[in-house]
This record gives sequence, C-alpha cells and structure tokens, in this order.
Amino acid sequence: MSAAREQILSGIRKSLGRGPLDETGMAPIRQRLQAPSRHIIPARVNLDAEGLVALFISKAKGVSASVDEVADMAAAPQAVARYLIKENLPARLVQAPGLADMDWSVAPTIEVRSGLAEEPDEVGLTPAVAGVAETGTLLLASGPETPTTLNFVPATHIVVLRRDQIVGPYEDAWDHLRANAEAAGSQPRAANFITGPSRTGDIEQKIEIGVHGPLRLHIVIVER
Amino acid sequence: MKTHPTSATFPSNASTALADPILQRALGNLKKGFPVKRAEVVADLPEFEALRDVARDIKDHTLNHLDAYLEIYEANVVQSGGQVHWARTAEEACETVMTICRDAGARIVTKGKSMVAEEIGLNNYLDTRGIERVETDLGEYIIQLRDEPPSHIIVPAVHVTKEQIGETFRAAHDGLDPNRDLTEPRDITDEARDRLRQKYFAAEVGITGANFLVAENGSSIIVTNEGNGDLTQTLAKVHIVVASLEKLVPTMEDAIAVLRLLARSSTGQEFSVYTTVSNGPKRPADLDGPEAYHVVLVDNGRTAMLGTENQDMLRCIRCAACMNHCPVYGAVGGHAYGWVYPGPMGAVLTPSLIGIENSGHLPHASTFCGHCEQVCPMKIPLTKMMRHYRNRAYASGHGSKIGRIALGAWSYLAARPALYRWVTKIAARGLGWFAGRRGSLSRVPLAGGWTEMRDLPAPEGETFMERYDRESRRKPRQEPRQEPQSGLGQ
Ligand code: SF4
Repeated sequence: MSAAREQILSGIRKSLGRGPLDETGMAPIRQRLQAPSRHIIPARVNLDAEGLVALFISKAKGVSASVDEVADMAAAPQAVARYLIKENLPARLVQAPGLADMDWSVAPTIEVRSGLAEEPDEVGLTPAVAGVAETGTLLLASGPETPTTLNFVPATHIVVLRRDQIVGPYEDAWDHLRANAEAAGSQPRAANFITGPSRTGDIEQKIEIGVHGPLRLHIVIVER
Repeated sequence: MKTHPTSATFPSNASTALADPILQRALGNLKKGFPVKRAEVVADLPEFEALRDVARDIKDHTLNHLDAYLEIYEANVVQSGGQVHWARTAEEACETVMTICRDAGARIVTKGKSMVAEEIGLNNYLDTRGIERVETDLGEYIIQLRDEPPSHIIVPAVHVTKEQIGETFRAAHDGLDPNRDLTEPRDITDEARDRLRQKYFAAEVGITGANFLVAENGSSIIVTNEGNGDLTQTLAKVHIVVASLEKLVPTMEDAIAVLRLLARSSTGQEFSVYTTVSNGPKRPADLDGPEAYHVVLVDNGRTAMLGTENQDMLRCIRCAACMNHCPVYGAVGGHAYGWVYPGPMGAVLTPSLIGIENSGHLPHASTFCGHCEQVCPMKIPLTKMMRHYRNRAYASGHGSKIGRIALGAWSYLAARPALYRWVTKIAARGLGWFAGRRGSLSRVPLAGGWTEMRDLPAPEGETFMERYDRESRRKPRQEPRQEPQSGLGQ
C-alpha cells in the first residue's frame, strides 16, 4: 500500500492518541454499518398514504415541478402527449428501456425512441424508485433499464411515478433502493435525488430555473 | 494569472472592499437573500435544532474513528470497481489528478465546484500543464473567465454584477452574435448553457468534489442545483472525485440527517435540486456513465487538526451560513480574506491550514456578535476558536503594536488591583471632564480607528468599583451561601 496511505492513517491515530482499533473498538463501528439506524425523522411525514401523496404534490409544485395524475399506466401516454402540446414541445422523446411496457398506440403522433439521451434530445421519460413526500423529491437509480443521461441531458424531464411509490422520508426511499440492490446483487452506479428542475442563484442572487440540467420537470402520478 | 490579495494584508484588502460601490451592491443582495430564506425554511422544520445536535454527534463520532471508517470506505470503493488515492499534501493531490488525466489522454477536463480543489490549487496546476479546464458551475465559470478567485463558498461570483458578466461573456465567447441580448440573468444563463453543452460531451475527464463520502457503501455524494455536476460526472469517460478526509460519514442514514440541515442552512432551500450518490464506474450492462471512478482523498493538514482544539472545525460542511450572517463578511466580501475560505469559517480554518503566521489578521475579522455560531448547523464554536487564534497570534508576536502595548499595560494593571483602581479613577474623571456637557467624546488617544466612525460615551465620573463600594456600604452585603463541600481538594 502507498506510503501516503500509511502515513495518513498513522497520523490520524497519533493525533487521536491511540493505535489501530482492536476488535472491541471496532464492534460499535461494525454494528453501526451493519444495521444503520435512523436519526430524527421530521414529524411532517406522519401521514396516511393519501396525506403523503398530497404532501408530495404540494412540495413538488413548490419547487417548480409540474404534476399530473392519471388513473392507470394505460392513460400515461396521453398525459405525456397533453403535456408536450401544452408546453409547445416537439412530439418526440427518448424513454428509459425500463418503460418498454408503455403502450404508445394511444398517442400515435409521438415519436418514441428507447435508450440513453444525447444531444439534441429534448425530452427524456423515466420511471423512478420512489417519491419522497418530505420535500417533493424523486429518487432515481441508474441501471441498464434506466440510463442516467435521461435525467440530465434533455431540457425536459418527465417522470412516471406510481402512487404507491410515494413515501414519507428519504430513509424510506433509500430502503427501497437498498432492497432493489440486494435483489440485483449490486448497487446502482448512480442514485439521484431530484427536487424540481435545475436552478441557479449565481447571478445577483436571482433564481433562474433551468441551467445545465432540465428546464422543466414534469411528474405523472399513476394511481395503480 | 492576476495577482490577488492575500490573507496577510486583510486590513488593506478590507478598506479597498469597503470603498468599492459595485461590491457593496452585490453584498447587499446577499444579505437580503440567503438569511431571509434560511429563517423561513428553518421555521418550517421544528426538528431543526435537535438535528444540529445529531449532526454534531455524527461527525464527532466519525472523526474520532476516522482511521477505521476510511479503511472501510476504501474497501467498499474498491469493491464497486473504483480506486482510492491518498494524498498527504496539496502537491501530492494535484499530481495524482494530473497522472489520472494523463493516463486518460485528457485534453478537456470539465469540473464541478469544489472548495478543496481551490484549496489545493488544482486549477492553476491543470492550466499550466496543457489541460483545457472548463468550470461548469455557472458562478465558477464566470470567475474562471474573469480570472478571479471565488469570493463565497456557495455563490463564488457573488461579487460580480450582471452587467459585468455580460461584458465578460462578450469578451470571452468567440463568435457570439453582437446582437445577442445579455442584459438579464436569464439571457446570461442561456448563453452559458449553450457554451458548456459541447464541453460535457467532449471531456475525457470530469472532476467533482464531494459533500459526503459514505463508508457503508463506498459512495460519494454531491449536492448541487444546476445539474452541472451530474453532466460532468456522467458524460466524461473518467470521473475523479477530489475530497478531503473529513467528508466521511458512516452510513446513508447519517448523510441524510446532515443533508436535512445542509440546503436549509446554505441557500435556504429545503433540499437542493440534485443530491447524487455515485458509486464506482459504469456497470457492464449500463448504457452510460464513466468507465473509471477515482477518489483522491486529501489530507493537507486535516490529520494534524484532529485531537487538538481545531478538531471541531473538521465538522464543517461548507454550507456558508456563517458568512451569510456575518457583519464583517457582509461589509468586505470574500476576497478581502485573501485565501480560499472566507467569513467566520475561513477565519478559523485558514490559520489551521496555512498557519497563523500567514493569516494573523483573520481571527480579528469578527465583531464577536456570535451570529455565525447560532446559525452553524454543525454547532462549531467559531467565536471560541477565533479567540483561541487571537491569543495565539498575540503570543507569537502578531497583531498591532499599539494593541500589544495597550494590552501589555492593561495586564500589568489588572494584576495590581490597588493601582488599577487608582488609574481608572483618574481616567474616568478625566474623560468625563473632557467630554463636558456633551457627554461624549469624538476623539480618544490611541482609539482613533474606533472613534473615526462613532463617538465614545464618556464615563459619568465614577468607576464601577467606587460605585460598588458605595452601594455595598448602604446595603449590608449578603453572605455567600454555604455550598456542601465536594470531595475536591480533600
Ligand atoms: S462553519 Fe458552520 S456555518 Fe460555517 S460553513 Fe462550516 S458548517 Fe456552515
């Protein structure tokens, strides 16, 4: 191992006035890592499922995302089509391979490609792992079915979220991701907590929505 | 590279800053913005205060077991296909980054905002070695074009007005249509978006900092609003994370607890737009993501801070709340501090990292109003630490000559109560007589700096001790209550 590594580790121990931790010293650390415990969870998420959905929607709107609700997956393509027309966007999008089940025959005017996003793709459509009601945040994970570029390259990002994916705190969302990772045998390369479209306050503190990431974030909530 | 003010010349930097009307306008925006929004979102989270204690304890626990957590973190990074490089000094860290860039055949390197990169001088290092470095955070991009250092750790271009940015873009952007409107922040933002797009795709290496490193899974976390950090790390072939040792936390739950404080304290948002957890390079079946993932772990003076009165500063999460609420920062801005870290956190961290001999003025850049400490989400005792550095600066012979003589005289008197009473009695009478009926003095010997801006109310002809004696003669003094004796001293 590198000399720098050894010197830094021994420097830390010297400063802390002890040697390497023995088994007894390591026990609390192992325990903390094996069974991570939650800290304080904000009381604002102590709500039933209905309440969490309402909180999620109001928080998401509060950070300049737009939200639509549809009855089922079959109705999602039309909701997407409506949104594209309303925002005067081209009838063309790239969708995550994970959404292959979506039946676009009900919205035949839309040109749909499946895969990652590149320039000059303008609209990306993805699923999510969870919606966090606490702050109207989405959790997305990368994978072969869900390339990360879809979340960042196109100027418009549309997310399809099932109602039962809406949870209270971030910790619940992360537990979903942990469970998926365990099932898949590996963690995702990237997990993105996304709260509204990109923004900056870098010029005279004036908030501008839409910088390098998406200018628009639209969330389609599917009842079942 | 232009020459920039240094920490050693804080007093003259500050005078220049106070006389700069453009800077004063920019700082006015800052005071109206972040503190107000912070107060609103903090009021909206009743758990905020309790979370500050939690966050402090998480970091203290991690720092006290830093060696063990770093080893576990490293093993988990390797497990997910990444590499960890340890760097003792700024130079070592820069060399490591440069070697990775060279191995990747890098010509263009995109870079997200990273304070530790500023600290180790990475920008200049890459620039002078044939790398085209592109800052992708809007504020960083603006100051890169202007060849200036950041003046704030969250909004690095806070000192620049929109008019100046428009001019900067016109001068720097080849082929820019002279008719393109660059007056409003929206126009400027669009122009920056267009320019930087191609760079993300062209870059061989993308460099980001980290807000957290997570031991549990070997992940790094960045917190941003613009989306530039994500484009930087997703589109380049190689992702390099540059992070200092103290970014470590044990678990995701620990990171989340601190995240609840970070954006609220910083920009007054409940949560930043993008909180990205990165774990190693692209998986075999993934369609996108970097092919390699490197973490450069930077010490640069941190291990020496552990176990000392400076350890508390290693809890800092660089939220900038302390400077956003600091009257001194608000008056002089970030450049006056002369190094990477301004405001109260800089007044403590800078002497820890570059030595009190190079920054003796900084711990004096405070009114001790204590606002920084009240808002610091990590409960860092900033004023106590500044006082500690003031003492050190004094002990090692830094500080003004008049100040040293005055303090020397005072400590001589304070050790001799009878003499002290006699001298203060004369001084109080004298000042009262000089002030006459106005009751205040516009000039006092040796305090010219203080009275330049305000008058000193004159003493009313009696010292505290005189009055105390007089009052206690009137009322019989209460006997101190007998406390039950503890075992101490027996
Ligand atoms: S010292 Fe505290 S308030 Fe200042 S940047 Fe660090 S964590 Fe934030």
